[in-house]
Amino acid sequence: MAEQTTSASADIPEDGPRASAPGSPPAPAGKPDSAVVRDALGVGIAVGLSGFAFGVTSAGAGLSVGQTCALSLLVFTGASQFALVGALAAGGNPLTAAAGAFFLGVRNAFYGLRLSQLLRLPGPVRPLAAQWVIDETTAVALAQPSRRAARIGFTVTGLTLYTLWNLSTLAGALGAEALGDTAAWGLDAAGPAVFLALLAPMLRTATERTVAGLAVVLGLGFLPVLPAGVPVLVAALAAPAVLWYEGRRRTTSGKGTDR
Amino acid sequence: MTIWIAIGATAVGCYLVKLLGLLVPAAALERPLVQRLSALLPVALLAALTAQQTFSDQGALALDARGAGLAAAALALVLRAPFLVVVGAAVVATAGVRALGG
Repeated sequence: MAEQTTSASADIPEDGPRASAPGSPPAPAGKPDSAVVRDALGVGIAVGLSGFAFGVTSAGAGLSVGQTCALSLLVFTGASQFALVGALAAGGNPLTAAAGAFFLGVRNAFYGLRLSQLLRLPGPVRPLAAQWVIDETTAVALAQPSRRAARIGFTVTGLTLYTLWNLSTLAGALGAEALGDTAAWGLDAAGPAVFLALLAPMLRTATERTVAGLAVVLGLGFLPVLPAGVPVLVAALAAPAVLWYEGRRRTTSGKGTDR
Repeated sequence: MTIWIAIGATAVGCYLVKLLGLLVPAAALERPLVQRLSALLPVALLAALTAQQTFSDQGALALDARGAGLAAAALALVLRAPFLVVVGAAVVATAGVRALGG
């Protein structure tokens, strides 16, 4: 999934078929609906089932089943959910924990921007569709050759993923309660593994790698000295810091292609 | 109670940014600097969170079986394993190291 995520910020032509999408082979303009549905189901099912890992992680972090399920129903953007739970488990202040989760969710605004051009949703539908604007639905919609296919892809991915993500969250939370000590089963490693899987495809250029490396140093370096939750926010400064540094030594050569 | 406050704040904030993207005129978010920052912020946050959740315990740095789990996940990613396999590899490796007394 994470691989498709990187295509999310690719440019969308205003109308008509798209020759190809990054990370996928060129799609013919007349892609049959059944093929779109199949792609969307594949993504929705695979990622939807990983709600289980979230349910387990959240319950292992001390959240109740109700709180865990509320997160999946209401927040429904995996990285933010894992971030919130991780920060709370580490004893973080609820507002700094929420701030970290929120910053991770900001990228969805850019997905929404792309999707509104691509899908041209009617006004009344937008507040409902908004909840489904995440990495995976965007990736599937952007990979489609036409508006019709994009709408089908977005809807099928959103519906499948939302349904399964919430059901598997519930199963994971109940399962974690039944298991007792989730750490003994290694389930406390699920959260970081999810983050790594989301992060890996983003590390394409030296800039991304520098930001990631600096963020690790900041996040771990300030961990022992700052209250829980705050080091992550400090680490977020790696992004503007590297951009600022690049801006200072910018040669105006086109770097616009690298995302 | 404080957990519910955090859940509520996150839910409202995350929903509003999703909606914002669908409603806002394209020009407002199309500035290159805004775009670059929005692409790099998740990189910084995910990297820091990955490191913290792997190498910290109760606010102190710690190296334990989760490190082995993360290494297994990284290996799975290099081998282009599917998402669930990556997570599964981390869980199994961590549990395995703990079972061996690590």
